[in-house]
Amino acid sequence: MADVTMRVWRGDASGGVFEDFVLEQNDGEVVLDVIHRIQATDAPDLACRWNCKAGKCGSCSAEVNGKPRLMCMTRMDTLPSGPVTVAPMKTFPIIRDLVTDVSFNFVQAAKVPALMPPPMPEGGYRMFQEDVERGQEFRKCIECFMCQDVCHVIRDHEDNKQHYAGPRFFIRYAELEMHPLDQNDRRDFIREEAGLGYCNITKCCTEVCPEHIKITDNAIIPLKERIVDAHYDPVAWLGRKIRRKPKTSAEAADVQPAP
Amino acid sequence: MSDPTYEHHEYDVLIIGAGGAGLRAAIEAKQRGLSVGIITKSLLGKAHTVMAEGGMAAAMGNVYPEDNWMVHFRDTMRGGKYLNNYRMAELHAKESPQRVWELEQWGALFDRTKDGKILQRDFGGHRFARLAHVGDRTGLELIRTLQQKVVSMGTDVFMECKVLQLVHDAEGRIAGCVGYWRATGEFVTFQAKTVILATGGVGKSWKFTSNSWEGTGDGHAMALWAGAKLIDMECIQFHPTGMVWPLSVRGLLVTESVRGDGGVLRNSLGERFMFNYVPDMFRAETADSEEEGDKWYDDHSAGRRPPELLPRDEVARAINSEVKAGRGSPHGGVFLDIASRRTPEFIRRRLPSMYHQFMELAGVDITREAMEIGPTCHYIMGGVQVDADTEETVVPGLFAAGEVAGGMHGANRLGGNSLSDLVVFGRRAGLGAADYIAAGNAATSFNQDEVDAAIKEALAPLERTEGENPYTVHHELQEMMQADVGIIRNAVELEEASNKLDEFTERIKHVAVKGGRAYNPGWNLATDLPAMMTVCRATTIGATLRKESRGGHTREDFPNPDPELGKINFAQSSDGGHWDSPITVEESPILILPPELKALLEEAH
Repeated sequence: MADVTMRVWRGDASGGVFEDFVLEQNDGEVVLDVIHRIQATDAPDLACRWNCKAGKCGSCSAEVNGKPRLMCMTRMDTLPSGPVTVAPMKTFPIIRDLVTDVSFNFVQAAKVPALMPPPMPEGGYRMFQEDVERGQEFRKCIECFMCQDVCHVIRDHEDNKQHYAGPRFFIRYAELEMHPLDQNDRRDFIREEAGLGYCNITKCCTEVCPEHIKITDNAIIPLKERIVDAHYDPVAWLGRKIRRKPKTSAEAADVQPAP
Repeated sequence: MSDPTYEHHEYDVLIIGAGGAGLRAAIEAKQRGLSVGIITKSLLGKAHTVMAEGGMAAAMGNVYPEDNWMVHFRDTMRGGKYLNNYRMAELHAKESPQRVWELEQWGALFDRTKDGKILQRDFGGHRFARLAHVGDRTGLELIRTLQQKVVSMGTDVFMECKVLQLVHDAEGRIAGCVGYWRATGEFVTFQAKTVILATGGVGKSWKFTSNSWEGTGDGHAMALWAGAKLIDMECIQFHPTGMVWPLSVRGLLVTESVRGDGGVLRNSLGERFMFNYVPDMFRAETADSEEEGDKWYDDHSAGRRPPELLPRDEVARAINSEVKAGRGSPHGGVFLDIASRRTPEFIRRRLPSMYHQFMELAGVDITREAMEIGPTCHYIMGGVQVDADTEETVVPGLFAAGEVAGGMHGANRLGGNSLSDLVVFGRRAGLGAADYIAAGNAATSFNQDEVDAAIKEALAPLERTEGENPYTVHHELQEMMQADVGIIRNAVELEEASNKLDEFTERIKHVAVKGGRAYNPGWNLATDLPAMMTVCRATTIGATLRKESRGGHTREDFPNPDPELGKINFAQSSDGGHWDSPITVEESPILILPPELKALLEEAH
């Protein structure tokens, strides 16, 4: 097969450049295979993350020819001829080469008010397939963070990271809100702390999701509707004022004793 | 106490590894009110647990009410060819249903039966449909649930930190560990009253493996160096169905659920060859015609189970034989066919990630064509010898759970018993560590000399100006282990392997690494090589001594099981505690089953 030129971004937080590597192509290879061959030969210190190499762990996200992709699931023979550029995700600070500091996502994860189920009956909970399926769609998420990477709310506005959770966590909130067992209420939290209102449903997240989760249609829009109902409906507002205390912290929600 | 040069942390319980076992141990220790730190080589949520596909075995009896822990215990022991630590198999069978149910309290969403209970699926070696699952991504569900629980409890997680070595106190008790941050290459020490190893497996020392880069046997090796014993290191599971083509994905796992849900194996002649490979031990419970086997899928009382669902060791050997006899597929595997047996809708619903994986990586539509598959190095049954109830090793304060621990699965693990192993023994390790601390036995000092030595050794490859590329050494080690200590072994090749391992030891001492310490994969690999070397050595020694075939250990020069060898584990210890120290071996008698459990094994199928 013809040789291929891999144009790989090399550098760290202080800056970097694209470096060209010319390699022979092998049948059936994915981008990650070629990156691994560069590591094994020309550049053993080329930094990239990977684990499962099967599209299941979401570690090897990078921007291939400018688009966020899992390197392990991107066949070389599906890319147009000519040099293949591989760059780190833009939304997150660079650590080195293709590796970025994704700790923003772990900070957001720590804020999520946990599931609050009723006590478990003998022999386990009863739930029905059609009820769990909605949440199961969102639980397919492999946390590749490519939806976070393309979301222009944070891609282009670093400041917004302070008060915006991003699509990965909107599907997490949707999953919890639709969970058949959940008794927690996160509606104020999602509006005020997670910044759902910043999303103007351009669907960039849905387009890049390697698990084909319908992030915008099935999670963000229903969440927005739910919050609008709760927040702007005067009857619901009054009821909320009279009835309940919001339970929004992880600690407050973490009430289940070990079985 | 500690050297101020390095970042330093202190915990009651330090857990190395953030897969299912490590996270479950953390939850338990945290619930006991202890301070807990978790260290992982990767990011949180990326551990190899995510790769588990088919499900977690637990005798809940939701699909077949006649299922119970006794049948599960029996299946596990028979699958393990009776080399198991029976007490672990007993605890596992009894406790796994509770461990599955508690995951639902923490947010897991398993597939359901019509009446709303957790659905259970068929798998090899399990008499009843027993695996709780979510499509074919059960491992992801398990790790995400545990991860979210751990995070909601405010547990400290140290990501992308490679642990080099365990550290003792002056009395030889475990006192913590030393490692480095992959992002910066700076060293860090952790002092702890107890350490729980939950580092997973060793597959990365073989060429064709389902394991990720993390499976370098760090925990196995560090335990051995620290004074613990390794058992059954020769017992390695080659999963029968890994992808064989394209070459770059060779070894990638194809879930056993394909067979559990009706898929069959065929050779190049189109024959369902597994009918020719039913061993005597399983003959009474295995269908003897295709017709009978097919009836079984819908109703287990209408026929006996098809031979495609024999335990994994049997199926892997059969595939190996077919390929050797010239009846393989074009790329050196055999065919796994579900396309001709189930509707496209069924396949896409039940096996979504397999559909996706073959479509995107091989250009094969599994709803229309058969898959090409062959055996791949998947799991090590052997590991650190532990007390069944507490998971404590012979080194005070050191515990091990999950794949790094040995005994539970004997000579061969049944599919689905791994995810349940993680949560059953992860929890018990957390409890064991808490009880150890409560008893007031914990370490009182921190051996700085061990820290200094480990750091000096880790830096050596960076300081050499000339030497071999660690990637070259690693690739050649994988080739050698695949060829000489692979699925079928013999005395000649094992001796050759042993000699070559001496050469690899010397080569590893002379690898040189380019670049700096910050996120340098070449250096990271160089620091993984000592552990890989220890594991390869231990497996080769065990395989040489076990002059019989049993479960995941097959000797062509000793093709049958030897009843005398079935009564012992080979327990290996390090004589010196360094990665190139000699290993000594003793015969460790397996635990004798009490009569009431023995009777369960002898019951008719």
